[in-house]
Amino acid sequence: MTFAAIAGTVVAARLPFITQRMIDGPLKHGDRPGVAPLALLALAVGLVDGILAFARRLMLAYAATDLETAMRDDFYAHVQRLDLAFHDRWQTGQLLSRANSDVSVIRRFIGFGLVFLFVNTFTFLYVVGVLATRHVGLALLTFVGFLPVIYISHEFNRSYGTVTRRVQDQIGDLTTQIEEAAQGVRVIKAYGRRETMLAKFMAASRDIHDTSMEQTRLRARFFGLLGLAPKLVQAMVLLAGAYAVSHGSLSPGNLVAFFSLLILLVWPVESLGEILSMGEEAATAAQRIYEVFDTPATIADAPNAIEARDAGPAHVRFEKVGFTFPGADKPVLRGVDLDVHPGETLALVGATGSGKTTLLAMIGRLSDATEGRVTLDGVDVRQLTLKSLRSRVSVAFDDPTLFSASVRENVLLGAPELGDDELNEALEVASASFAHDLPWGLNTRVGEQGISLSGGQRQRLALARAVVGKPAVLVMDDPLSALDVRTEQAVHEALHKVLLDVTAIIAVHRPSTVALADRVAFLHEGRIAAVGTHEELLATNAAYAAVIGDEPEVLDHDAEEVA
Amino acid sequence: MGDDWRGVAPEDIDEVTSTLGAFLRGRSKRLLFSLLKPHKRQLWESVGVITMYSLCSLAGPYLVKRAIDDGIPRMLGPSKSPTFLFVTVVLFVLCAVIAAVSDYSFNLLTGKIGQKVLLELRRRLFDHFQRLSISFHERYTSGRVISRLTSDVDALAELLNYGLTTLSWSVLYLIGITGFMFLIDVPLALVSMCSLPFIIALTWWFRSRSALAYRATREGVTGVIVQFVETVGGMRAVAAFRREPRNDEIFAELDDKYRRANQWSMRLGAIYGPGSRVVGNCAAAGLLLVGGWRAISGDITVGTLAAFLLYIKQLFEPVQELSQFYSIFQSAAAALEKLSGVLEEPPTVLEPLVPADASNLHGGVRFDHVTFEYRSGRPVLHDIDLSIEAGSTVALVGRTGAGKSTIARLLSRFYDPSEGAVLLDGIDLRDLADDDLRRAVVAVTQESFLFEGTIAWNIGLGRPGASRDDIEAAARAIGAHEFICALPEGYDTDVAKRGGRLSSGQKQLVSFARAFLADPKVLILDEATSSLDLPTERLVQAALDTLLADRTAVIIAHRLSTVEIADRVLQIDDGRIVNDGPPDAVLPNLRIA
Repeated sequence: MTFAAIAGTVVAARLPFITQRMIDGPLKHGDRPGVAPLALLALAVGLVDGILAFARRLMLAYAATDLETAMRDDFYAHVQRLDLAFHDRWQTGQLLSRANSDVSVIRRFIGFGLVFLFVNTFTFLYVVGVLATRHVGLALLTFVGFLPVIYISHEFNRSYGTVTRRVQDQIGDLTTQIEEAAQGVRVIKAYGRRETMLAKFMAASRDIHDTSMEQTRLRARFFGLLGLAPKLVQAMVLLAGAYAVSHGSLSPGNLVAFFSLLILLVWPVESLGEILSMGEEAATAAQRIYEVFDTPATIADAPNAIEARDAGPAHVRFEKVGFTFPGADKPVLRGVDLDVHPGETLALVGATGSGKTTLLAMIGRLSDATEGRVTLDGVDVRQLTLKSLRSRVSVAFDDPTLFSASVRENVLLGAPELGDDELNEALEVASASFAHDLPWGLNTRVGEQGISLSGGQRQRLALARAVVGKPAVLVMDDPLSALDVRTEQAVHEALHKVLLDVTAIIAVHRPSTVALADRVAFLHEGRIAAVGTHEELLATNAAYAAVIGDEPEVLDHDAEEVA
Repeated sequence: MGDDWRGVAPEDIDEVTSTLGAFLRGRSKRLLFSLLKPHKRQLWESVGVITMYSLCSLAGPYLVKRAIDDGIPRMLGPSKSPTFLFVTVVLFVLCAVIAAVSDYSFNLLTGKIGQKVLLELRRRLFDHFQRLSISFHERYTSGRVISRLTSDVDALAELLNYGLTTLSWSVLYLIGITGFMFLIDVPLALVSMCSLPFIIALTWWFRSRSALAYRATREGVTGVIVQFVETVGGMRAVAAFRREPRNDEIFAELDDKYRRANQWSMRLGAIYGPGSRVVGNCAAAGLLLVGGWRAISGDITVGTLAAFLLYIKQLFEPVQELSQFYSIFQSAAAALEKLSGVLEEPPTVLEPLVPADASNLHGGVRFDHVTFEYRSGRPVLHDIDLSIEAGSTVALVGRTGAGKSTIARLLSRFYDPSEGAVLLDGIDLRDLADDDLRRAVVAVTQESFLFEGTIAWNIGLGRPGASRDDIEAAARAIGAHEFICALPEGYDTDVAKRGGRLSSGQKQLVSFARAFLADPKVLILDEATSSLDLPTERLVQAALDTLLADRTAVIIAHRLSTVEIADRVLQIDDGRIVNDGPPDAVLPNLRIA
């Protein structure tokens, strides 16, 4: 590639010399037949020049896009593996603008800017060198004439870098707002808050406008100066050249050739503006990307991690577990001790915001305890490989996320090796047989890009996903909240059978779900306040009774049909 | 896993068939024109400035020729007068300075226009997306919305920032150089012009090919964005179910598709750019031949030939710039195609041209023989005929999928009925201005969505201009005050990414406070209490008495306690009202034994 670039420059620099030979040769001597061979030579050199330019561009384009793709793939892979605390902190828009525009900016710089920076520097030095073979004084004058460009460029780089960083950050913020507005469109509509959101969006857009204008002013000034520089040098060379010709140290043909060569310098200098601003943008983009790459995945395999034991239901223990959100001064959980025996089903009860979700997240290491430890079959979960740990621990969340993939892939997400029998069984347990009646059965694409399902349907698929293939530990966070009472009853019955063979921890809000559990743990003010059966706790713990005491009566909408 | 691993793809909304091509180009042109129209004056100014720039730049080689042909001989001649040379060089420098100043003003002017246009485009897009119906958003997906507002706008930004500059500069330069050439020597100018048909043919070829390539690029980037957003949005499930490797695979494939599209378009550029360069080089060789002969015959001077060789190089510079411009233009055109498509997407839930008077609403609701189907031929509601008195509380009960939520959605006018009408105090919802309707009807659903910002801001969304006291009063009334005060910064706590730090029950309380603050005539609670735990629900239950007093309420719930406070219960089954009466009459049939 570099060869093609350098060869291209050398070839292009030969063209003016053919002109010079024409002027000082056949033209001077009136040699009519001598014209054609030189013109043919120019044609040949011109063709080679074109072929080299083609090769250079093609190679560059491929190398740059390959690099861009590799970089974006790596970025995506890294982002996926960063822990949830990172994702709570970082807005999707900020990440997206890095994966999309920043990576493209770097590609553009490498594809055009970087190589042209080298090619142009080379061209500049080469041409000045060639000029020196014609007339040392004029070449020196040319070289010195271009020196101020270095100073101007340096000044430009400094101020342009800061502004560019600001624009790119502002674009990230704007992207976040766009994302929010797109995803929260129902709320915005429900409250008629279009104007508010528009005003917020426009304020951010106006910031971008202002910073971009600052950027434009800098560029305009710099580009203007860069355009002026070669012409001033030309004027000096013209005067000095005329002087040299008048004193006989330069032939008129050589002065014409000298000028043709000077033209070759115009583009490298003028394009410097474009290249340097591209370079600044690429540097900022790289900085922004590396902020993410440099964030280590704090939840990752320990150096000497071992595989989780893979046989039957597991034994889960919380030992003096505490958790404090980053930046918060009060812990959410303090000294939580809890022992869940193999095959047992434990219900976790606590008021809204008591830390149930946080506690459950620690089992599959979706977050790590800030104090104490969680063990699986006696081994600290942080000592297990993530892959083996998470394949043993299966989770159902209160807000079910489905991916834009087939029902089959969504349910077998954690265990793609399982077959249709297990899949159907799981769908059965979760009362999700509706999936068979979707337009393309289990191949129907669901999720954001697929057909839309109701909240209850999504929750049932997420439940099927959690129970498929009988995991060693089943963690469920209020998994039945969106189901109507009939479906909930059916799911309860089926779940009972599944729960016999697995260790399960279920965060529950309703007494009806508590019935699934062998024991109940009550989470109150950051600690496990009591453990026992539902009846025991009701009788002995007033706070418990307040949280989950009276069963709110629910409606059975099918009663009439049944009756 | 074979080909069906992503399931069945929905029809691609971004697909653009070639038969639509001509129409789309017209639509894009209209959009671009309407965006540029307010800046007509500045555009003319920039044309003036760039003309000045081109004239001054083009005068350069001519002045060099004069200096070599006339200046140097005069200096060497008997008079030995350097005056002519000096004057020429001074003129040359003057031209250079004027060119630099006009270049500066041109860049500034076009930059200004470009940024203003982008601002306006962003405003239009954002506003339009917000106006489009829920059904549109469900079909279009948020990933595509983001892609339109980011990468497509970026593509247009590039056109405005660099493209227009390049275009006007190149065209003027092309015309100017041709003019100068004919001015200096007609035969040599004609020789130079021989290259034009080749360039035109090459450009035509490039134009037709690259249109396809750039469209593929736009589609490629959309695929990448959609996958990225989906992954980051569902991070918890990604981690819990070890989807990372599978996602890597999917992303790599999408990214590769994008790369191939990029390389395709670059390959075309690699043929076009150097191709036009070869044409230029051939023209230069031709000039050498013809010019050499003519110089020997004494028809032209050496300076003329030199000037022509300089001009022919400069003639092809703009042509190559034009190829650059064409790349930018193609990618912007592809983006414009999609942007204009979205902007011309009519909101299916239209605002009335002449809104009805909404100054005196009480909250009486009437469903007048309403039938509704999400997909044609599959009605979800059949001929619902229903009157709800102002101020009364009505509970809707029925199985999942019976049509309760659809009734709620029609009442909040997320959709319009397929047949019949929904009326508020006798006014068809379609005749109400959007703002009036939103003030009058508010829905709280199961999914409580919080925006980036403080708790106070999120509650304040309920009513524009609400004071801090109003906001706190609303939170108190709903029982959310205590938990909010317990947060690190109270009402000023940033809820972080969509309320990530709050539990779902807490988020729901915030949405309740928001609804309370909105103080609507009609309040819809769609499974709004189902994610609350019992103590919180009791709080809300107590607040409901205040919340529902003096307003019409439609409640969808499973819990008896929530339904019991209704004046009237409607049982919905399969899109029909099958039971209608006071709670005492309807509910006993529905209780669990």
